[in-house]
Amino acid sequence: MTSKGRQEQFLLGTLGVLLAFGACEAVSRAGLVRRDYLPPASEVLTRAVALAGDPVFLDGIGATLRAWVLGLGLACVIAVPVGLVLGSVPVVDAAVRAIVEFLRPLPSVALIPLVSLLLGSGTETKVALVTYASVWPILFNTVYGLGETDPLAKDTLRAFGFGRLAVLLRVELPGTAPFIAAGIRISAAVALILAVATEILSGFGEGLGIFIAQAGLATDGTRDVLAGVVWAGVLGLVINGVLVWGERRLFPWTPGRRGVA
Amino acid sequence: MNEPRTTASERAAPPGRRRPPPRSALVPLVRRALAPAHVRHALLRWLVLAFAVAVWQLVARVHGSVYFPPPAEIAGRAHELWFSGPARHVFLTEAAVADILPSLGRMTAGFGIAAVAGIALGVAIGRSRRVYALCDPVLQFARAVPPPALVPVFVVLLDFGTPMQIASIVFSAVWPVLINTADGAGNTDPLRLEVAAVLRLTPAERLRFLILPSALPRIFAGLRLSLSLSLILMVFSELLPGTANGIGFTLTDAQSRSDLLTVWAALVLLGALGYLLNTGLMAVEKRLVGTGRTTTP
Repeated sequence: MTSKGRQEQFLLGTLGVLLAFGACEAVSRAGLVRRDYLPPASEVLTRAVALAGDPVFLDGIGATLRAWVLGLGLACVIAVPVGLVLGSVPVVDAAVRAIVEFLRPLPSVALIPLVSLLLGSGTETKVALVTYASVWPILFNTVYGLGETDPLAKDTLRAFGFGRLAVLLRVELPGTAPFIAAGIRISAAVALILAVATEILSGFGEGLGIFIAQAGLATDGTRDVLAGVVWAGVLGLVINGVLVWGERRLFPWTPGRRGVA
Repeated sequence: MNEPRTTASERAAPPGRRRPPPRSALVPLVRRALAPAHVRHALLRWLVLAFAVAVWQLVARVHGSVYFPPPAEIAGRAHELWFSGPARHVFLTEAAVADILPSLGRMTAGFGIAAVAGIALGVAIGRSRRVYALCDPVLQFARAVPPPALVPVFVVLLDFGTPMQIASIVFSAVWPVLINTADGAGNTDPLRLEVAAVLRLTPAERLRFLILPSALPRIFAGLRLSLSLSLILMVFSELLPGTANGIGFTLTDAQSRSDLLTVWAALVLLGALGYLLNTGLMAVEKRLVGTGRTTTP
């Protein structure tokens, strides 16, 4: 894209943000909804900025991110090797597929009551749920990516007398890596959903979800709830942005959004 | 997935040797119909599943853990709770009518509204580069918000009850459809659009014959994401304290009574529901898009 086109895109995008902001502000100021139900956008934004200096709030964000990182990391450690096995040994894939197909469609938030009974409502619960939910996209993308690796390169390497492991390390793993990265990006969003959802339901401890849930209980707390939502959105945007950036740096040859959801 | 593989091996064949005869399209079809490997794999799947359930049953019986009851007992509880009703109610019990139907209704309403609104707005936005650039940052932000974070906002605005739950589902499920549709609608082949202009197709005809068909694979990719989000939000909005019915309510209610058997039964029910809904959507996709163009296996 030309730099002029990009500039126009940027300007239009900024205009769009301003318009949306203005619309929210106007709806509230015009009194279409009760002001304590939907405070003006400027007040919400001021509060969100103020929260950035609040150590208690920042601790909460830290707690949420900790559960997110631990869960996502565990999911990678589990899903990538399992995916590699499933993708390279068809019999195992066929055998496990049925169990996987029955576990995957289960909406992961439904596990919150069970896991809370098992593990209480601390960090372990959050991490366990985040891990469970983030395993699937990474697992499926690993299996899918393995099926897409270049057969010619594999045959060539085998013809030169390289063993199974060498083929895996030299061809299959590098070829699958972009798919795994895309899976991790999808899982990152799912993981954030689960972390926040678990916090909102557990209702105590610390975390972004707990801040939002408790603000919701207070009268006149909508401003705080919305400020928390703004932070949740920023968190999601930053995480996604960093991962997309990392993908482009690491795997520049792949087109932008690859992978299966 | 097979296409690149055959071309690659064909390219790899040394020029001196005769190329293998081109396969007719029938061969893979016939092979798939008879395919012993296919049948064997399907059999293996079910056998392994049955085996896993049997092992769970045995271990649970021997071990006697309260947290992991044997599957037979879970199935029994599910049957007793929901499917032991009179024949004239299709064997559904009153509890099933009171819990499963409201959940399904809210989810259908939420997903339906999100799908229609997402496709309509997506087409409107995707048709113009300018409008797309205008809306893109706002849409990206809206999608980045983890949907459960917004549920407390809807609780304040609409109080507990069905409107709040449907609003939560719609608000979380609309973005994937909207963004994917806008992407798809924006990428209609310009040559075809020019042909349409020469043929003087009306905007409605252009939409019906050009834009929607070319955006359809992307739309379905969005719909699949939205369906799972709808299911997640349906359960989540019912798990909140203050709800009166639904499968999610059954779950929390059972959790508060430490009734693990009902918790497990509700989980199995939700898994089955998710499986059925997903399979249904994939069947619709297959009919509308065709098998060749889907992106996910």
